[in-house]
Amino acid sequence: MMKFAVVSFPGSNCDEDLYYAITDGLHEAATVVPHTTTDLSDFDVVLIPGGFSYGDYLRSGAIAKFAPVMPAVKDFANTGKPVLGICNGFQILTEAGLLPGTLQHNQQMQFICEPEPLQVENNQTMFTSAFQDQQRITLPIAHGEGNYYCDEATLASLRENHQIAFTYRRNPNGSVSDIAGITNQAGNVLGMMPHPERAVEDIQGGTDGLLVFKSLVQAHLRTV
Amino acid sequence: MQQLKSEPTPEEIRDQKPYEAWGLSQREYDYISQKLIGRLPNYTETGLFAVMWSEHCSYKNSKPILRKFWNDGSRVIQGPGEGAGVLDIGDGQAVVFKAESHNHPSFVEPFEGAATGVGGIIRDIFSMGAKPIASLDSLRFGELDNPKNRYLLTEIVAGIAAYGNCIGIPTVGGEISFDSVYDGNPLVNVMCVGLMDQADLKRGRASGTGNSIIYVGAKTGRDGIHGATFASNEFSEEKEANRSAVQVGDPFMEKLLTDACLEIIHDHADILMGIQDMGAAGLVSSSAEMASKAKSGVTMDLDLVPQREPGMSAYEIMLSESQERMLLCVKKGQEQTVLDIFARYDLDAVVVGSVTDDRQYRLYQHGQLVTDVPVTSLVDDVVEQEQPSAKPARLAHVKSVETTPIKDPAATLKKLLGQPTIASKQSVFKQYDSQVQANTAVTPGSDAAVVRVRHTKKALAMTTDCNARYIYLDPFVGGQIAVSEAARNIVASGGIPIGITDCLNFGSPNDPESYWELDQSVQGIALACERFDTPVISGNVSMYNETDGHSIYPTPMIGMVGLIEDTAYITTQSFKSAGDAVYLIGNTADDFAGSELQKLQGQSTPIGKLNFDLNTETANQQLVQRAIRQHLLQSAHDLSEGGLGVALAEALFEANLGFEGQTSLTNAKLFSETQSRFIVSIRPEDKVEFEALAAGQAVLLGETTAQDQIRLQTADGELNTTVSALKATFGGALECLMK
Repeated sequence: MMKFAVVSFPGSNCDEDLYYAITDGLHEAATVVPHTTTDLSDFDVVLIPGGFSYGDYLRSGAIAKFAPVMPAVKDFANTGKPVLGICNGFQILTEAGLLPGTLQHNQQMQFICEPEPLQVENNQTMFTSAFQDQQRITLPIAHGEGNYYCDEATLASLRENHQIAFTYRRNPNGSVSDIAGITNQAGNVLGMMPHPERAVEDIQGGTDGLLVFKSLVQAHLRTV
Repeated sequence: MQQLKSEPTPEEIRDQKPYEAWGLSQREYDYISQKLIGRLPNYTETGLFAVMWSEHCSYKNSKPILRKFWNDGSRVIQGPGEGAGVLDIGDGQAVVFKAESHNHPSFVEPFEGAATGVGGIIRDIFSMGAKPIASLDSLRFGELDNPKNRYLLTEIVAGIAAYGNCIGIPTVGGEISFDSVYDGNPLVNVMCVGLMDQADLKRGRASGTGNSIIYVGAKTGRDGIHGATFASNEFSEEKEANRSAVQVGDPFMEKLLTDACLEIIHDHADILMGIQDMGAAGLVSSSAEMASKAKSGVTMDLDLVPQREPGMSAYEIMLSESQERMLLCVKKGQEQTVLDIFARYDLDAVVVGSVTDDRQYRLYQHGQLVTDVPVTSLVDDVVEQEQPSAKPARLAHVKSVETTPIKDPAATLKKLLGQPTIASKQSVFKQYDSQVQANTAVTPGSDAAVVRVRHTKKALAMTTDCNARYIYLDPFVGGQIAVSEAARNIVASGGIPIGITDCLNFGSPNDPESYWELDQSVQGIALACERFDTPVISGNVSMYNETDGHSIYPTPMIGMVGLIEDTAYITTQSFKSAGDAVYLIGNTADDFAGSELQKLQGQSTPIGKLNFDLNTETANQQLVQRAIRQHLLQSAHDLSEGGLGVALAEALFEANLGFEGQTSLTNAKLFSETQSRFIVSIRPEDKVEFEALAAGQAVLLGETTAQDQIRLQTADGELNTTVSALKATFGGALECLMK
């Protein structure tokens, strides 16, 4: 069985949802680890959940990047194993410098929760291999600060290196180039605003999210 | 008894009567000093009495009426009197729920008022040992042509979103309606639902002599002092300046508090004797009520209470309504276990006192005894005041009303769909995280929200309802209708109604007509609750909803929870595919009294006579329940504001379907609001079976089509228009009115 770590910060509120997406949806093993954990090397995948870490006071993810667990997350990413940050997790990964760019307030300055049509831009990553190329999917979004921004040069390099994993088909928040999710240059760190863990069972309204996690299983099988 | 130098002496209090401004009457003051404590209360004690004897804390005016509610039923584990009510849902599990109003704070400071309304009700739920799994908001505003109301709507919704989204409890539904009577007095009623194992049940008790009283959470500040008294007075524009009575919320702190308290409840139930939220009247009400319920006494040292600023008096510490605070009673000798857990969550937790056996309520500050009164005098001895009651003059001669024939039903339907009360609320609902916890099966916008119970076949349906225009016309019948409509929403979603909570929003109890309306609607609610087997397990009374002498419509908001025994029964209001047969369940009469059509036609104050029959209601609900269990229904939608025309249109929008059919009803009757009706859709192959089951209770209206057209032939014309145009009006009206 694969071992997924779900890192819980004070104020995370999707940690349990991720845990259940892995255990009930994917039928793999997951452990919720506290923000004080200093060693993640035992795990195969690290998941950074959504929520409002440290109340998102100051700026989303700005305090979480100083949490005791963050050096361990960086070490883990440096080994090449997959790190997935969802929503607040994406914000934390950009604040921590593991992903380029930043997430600003939504253009209309309101929180938005709705099913969002997306397009898979790159199905050659550890997180998207179970999707078809250019597959159109729907995942729930729920954020107030999901407006992805980066400068022209960064955007050019994101495109050049095929780091744009998901785009919005009707941009809900003002993100540059409709970006919904990006990887790092090495391709083993993904940040995305939509919530795949909320779309793993039919009763939740769709199962497109499960393919993100299934991709991680495929990637793991390739390494062992 | 000690007296601080800066405070008035007991004799000065007696002579200068500051308590009258705090809401304590002369008779009550005399009764307390002469009969209950046998001396003049000092300044701190007078403040404690004023707040504990307020309507908000004691229900002294409403209790004689609230006793008429029905609280029995086989599922009841905990009825009214605790943080929240608890119902058995099988498998050793229970559902916990309660609703609370935050009307006055939300008018003065809408963002924080609404946010802290959400925070307060959440604490009531987890204090029982339950994980909060959903919340709903029932909101009332004045009409949106008034910029103040647009501001209030924007800020109240933002406050609910800011708190609810952060704490990670999905806001799954609720209702919003508009009427000019709510100008200057919006209603913000928040309902929270929790799920628990019955074994984890906790109550607010300070029991076991020598056990410790532990304070945990935010520090106590000078905010919200006399909030409970504030809620027990009429409002005036002048008092809008009264911002000190509104608290400021910190949802991050509340999230930590919830998680920490639930950890203690789950892992250390044996040493946790009781737990209660510090809600209205903060430290005094929680500690005194916990002692009262355990028939014990309490002694606390106020110097130990975490304080936000220096120099706070005993009076201020006790009456503060700072948010995100809980009071625990923990077994002597085991305190460290609890303190360690709170420390792990970075929460302030302090032993501030202990349980005594003499039923006295004692407070020390700076080494001096500053309060020493019987617990019972604060909680149990409050003198109930049954108020004079009088039937309002407007109800003396009620006549039936007729409506003028309608020539162009499409135009009428379009206008109705654009009324803010009827129009889509998606622009509001999408600001709430409705899916966190990943259990939401039906998101806001259908008849009831549905949240599944993970790892079981079960789900819970929940709704809030109250058509105050009906209550205004006839509080007794209107009360029955409010419960029935809630039950109809639950049934249409696939559930069995199992219980209700309520927020009784009324005018001043000192107004005999308001008091009569309260009494009548409570009796109507009680009658319907007994019929549906939905006991009233919790609730809240908000009186004094008057601004500058104008009262709101009496608005007893009903929050109902239903049990869906199998997730396969979950049903939504939307038609699913073209070619399905559409049936109307229930008869339609000329019921225009209080209707949206009546309002649209210029009659802003409702007139006319309501017709309602509980037997018909029950029979029609049972038909829908049976049909759902036999998997015959593709959709079910209850008919409410705007009648059949609006319900039919709403059912078409989601799947972009059309409709073609005919009816013996007139154009006008398409908008009649006769109660006890549903529209349902059925696959063609199931028609025979459904018609046999319905046995005359349902009539075939027509079928869904793939065309962008709604065509319904009526007795005196035809409803014929494009669905997409209706959908655009319905979808965009609210945002348009907000501009």
